[in-house]
Amino acid sequence: MSVSSAKIKIFLKLFASLRLDRFDTAYREYDSGTSVAGVIRIEGLPEKEVTLMLVNGRHVECDHTLADGDTLALFPPLGGG
Amino acid sequence: MDKILRIDMGAKGGPKMTESPLGEYAGLGGRAMTSSIISSEVPPLCHALGQDNKLVIAPGLLTGSAAVMSGRLSIGCKSPLTGTIKESNSGGQAGIAMARYGYAAIVLEGNPEGSDLYKIVINNKGVSIQVDNSLKMLTNYDLIEKMKGEFGEKIACISIGPAGEMKMGAASIAVTDMELRPSRHAGRGGVGAVMGSKGVKVIVFDTTGLKMRQPKEPEKFREANKKFTEGLKSHPVTGKGLPAYGTSVLTNILNEAGGYPTRNFKTGAFEGASAISGETYADLETKRGGLATHGCHTGCVIQCSGTYVDKNGKFISKQPEYETVWAHGGNCGISDPDAIARIDFLDDTYGLDTIEMGVAIGVAMDAGVIQFGDAEGAIRLVNEVGKGTPLGRILGSGAEVTGKAFGVERIPVVKHQSMPAYDPRAVQGMGVTYATSTMGADHTAGYAVTANILKVGGFVDPLKPDGQIELSRNLQIATAAIDSTGMCLFIAFAVLDQPETFQALIDLLNSYYGLSLTADDVSALGKKILTIERNFNMRAGFTAQHDRLPAYFSKMPLPPHNVTFQVKDEDLDKVFNF
Repeated sequence: MSVSSAKIKIFLKLFASLRLDRFDTAYREYDSGTSVAGVIRIEGLPEKEVTLMLVNGRHVECDHTLADGDTLALFPPLGGG
Repeated sequence: MDKILRIDMGAKGGPKMTESPLGEYAGLGGRAMTSSIISSEVPPLCHALGQDNKLVIAPGLLTGSAAVMSGRLSIGCKSPLTGTIKESNSGGQAGIAMARYGYAAIVLEGNPEGSDLYKIVINNKGVSIQVDNSLKMLTNYDLIEKMKGEFGEKIACISIGPAGEMKMGAASIAVTDMELRPSRHAGRGGVGAVMGSKGVKVIVFDTTGLKMRQPKEPEKFREANKKFTEGLKSHPVTGKGLPAYGTSVLTNILNEAGGYPTRNFKTGAFEGASAISGETYADLETKRGGLATHGCHTGCVIQCSGTYVDKNGKFISKQPEYETVWAHGGNCGISDPDAIARIDFLDDTYGLDTIEMGVAIGVAMDAGVIQFGDAEGAIRLVNEVGKGTPLGRILGSGAEVTGKAFGVERIPVVKHQSMPAYDPRAVQGMGVTYATSTMGADHTAGYAVTANILKVGGFVDPLKPDGQIELSRNLQIATAAIDSTGMCLFIAFAVLDQPETFQALIDLLNSYYGLSLTADDVSALGKKILTIERNFNMRAGFTAQHDRLPAYFSKMPLPPHNVTFQVKDEDLDKVFNF
C-alpha cells in the first residue's frame, strides 16, 4: 500500500452553529496528508464560518496537516464571558 | 445627568440627603465616576464596612439615551472582600431610570446607628427614605414581589438579599431586569455587604413617564447609533453566536483548549462539559418552552440572555451565565444543567456573587466538606449561606476564607477575590489580568480570552508568556474606558474587530455631548481611570507583590497541556507602564 492511499482516523467535533443539520462528534477517515481545510471541504462545512480550529487542544491554521489519531475541534466565531 | 444625590445614612436624627451639581466630577460616568469619587473621598485605610466607606452608584455616560447597549451601571466602593477599590458592573433597568432622573451618581455615606433597615424611593415627587423593617432578611425575589405590591409594575430596583444584610464578602447587589426579576447583579467584591452596612435594603425607581435623555447633536447621534447597531448585528459574535447560545457558548471551546478549570482548578478539561454547554442550555430552553434569546435591559441588540425553565415549563432562573455555569458546574464537578440553574436562582435571591460562591464551594469540596459532583450537597450549602449558619457564613465570606477555615492549599484567588472560568496556566493572558487588575482576579477587567482563545483582535498563543503583558495592558485600558460609557462590555467583540464600529462608538459619545474625542482620548480616559484606581490601592497598602498569582500556579502543571504560569514577575510589574 502506498503512503498516499493510507488513511488517517480523526475524531471530529463540531460546535455551535456548525452542528446544525450535521453531528456533534464523529470518527472519520481521511486520506493521509489531509489538512484542516481539506476536512472542512470534504465535510461540506461553510468555509467562512469555521474560524476556530483546534487540534488536540491547540489552535491551528487551515493548512495544518492532520495525523492519525488527532482530535479536530471546529468552531464558528464565538464570544461571551 | 447633572446632579449627584448624596444620602448620609449616619446623620444624627436619621438619614439626610443633599443634591449637588457635578462640580469636579463633571464629564464622568460609570466606572470613571465611581472610582473618582471613591479615590477622592474614601480614606483608603478605612474599614470597608465602616462609616467612612461610601457606596457610589453611577450610570454610564450614555445610559438612559437612545444609544443601543448603553444600560449598564457601575457600583463602586472600597471592597470588603479585596480591600482594594472596587467597580462592579451590572445590566438591568435601574441604570436607565437613574440616568433619566438626572442622577450621575447616588452616593450612600455613613452608617446608621441601630438596626433599622431602609428603603429609598425615587419618584416624580422626589426622594424619600423610609424605615421598613418588614423587609429584613427578605430574599431578592420576595422583596421585589413586595415592592411590586406597594408601587406597581412600573418600577426598577437596586437591592440586596440576606447575604448583603449579613455583610458577607460574596454579597452582590441585584438590579431588576425587563421582567422585574432581580436577576442582574453587580456581583463581585462584596458590594452588597457595603450596601448592607449602610442599612439600605432597596432603592426603588418609579419609571412612570420618564423621558429618554436627548443628545446635543440629534442627527449625528442617530446616524452613529445606526452604524453602531449595524456593526454589532453584522459581527458574527454579537450578531449570531451570543444571541443563539448565550455566554455559555464558551464552555466547549475553553474545555477543548484545556483551559476550563475543573474540580477547583485541578485540570483544564471537564468530562461533563457538553452537558452544561451553551448548545445544551439553548436546546433545553427551546424544547421546554423557555427563551434562548433575550436581553437584560431595554435597548440591548445582542440579546445574550434567556429564560430557563424545568421540564414542566416552570421558571427556574434566567439563563445562567457562562461564569455561573462553570463556577457551580465544572469547577465543582457538577454536570446537571437544572441543578446549576437552581443554584443560579438561589444565588440571585440570596444576593450572592455566583463566581465567588462556586469557587468557595469548589474549595470546600477539595477539603472534603462534600464530594465533587454532589449537586444536592451544593444546593444545601448555598441554602446554608442564605440562612447564615456558621458554615454558611464561612462559605459566604468567599473562597479564601473557606480555604483557610478548612486548611486548603489550592485557593484560586488574587487580592482575596476568586478567579473566574479560565485557568491562568492555559490562558496566560488572563493570568496577567488576574494578577494585575486593580479589582483582584477579574475576567472582565482585561478579557485576554479574546486573543488567546477566540482569535478576536488577533491571536496570542494562550500557552506561552509572549505577548500577554501587552495584550492585557491594552485590554485593561480599553475596558476601563468602556465601563465608563454605560455600554455592555460585549460590544468589544465587534469594536476590536471592526474599526468602523469603534468609530461609531466614539461618534455616539461626541454627538451626545458635543465633543470631538478621538481614539487616543478614549485610551487616555482608560489610563486615567486605572491610574486613579492603582493610586487608591497603593494608599490602601497594595504593592507589586500583591500583583501575583498564588504560587501553586507556577509550580503545579495543569493537565491536559501540563503547563504552568510562565509570565515573569518583573514583566507583571510592567503592565501599567504606559
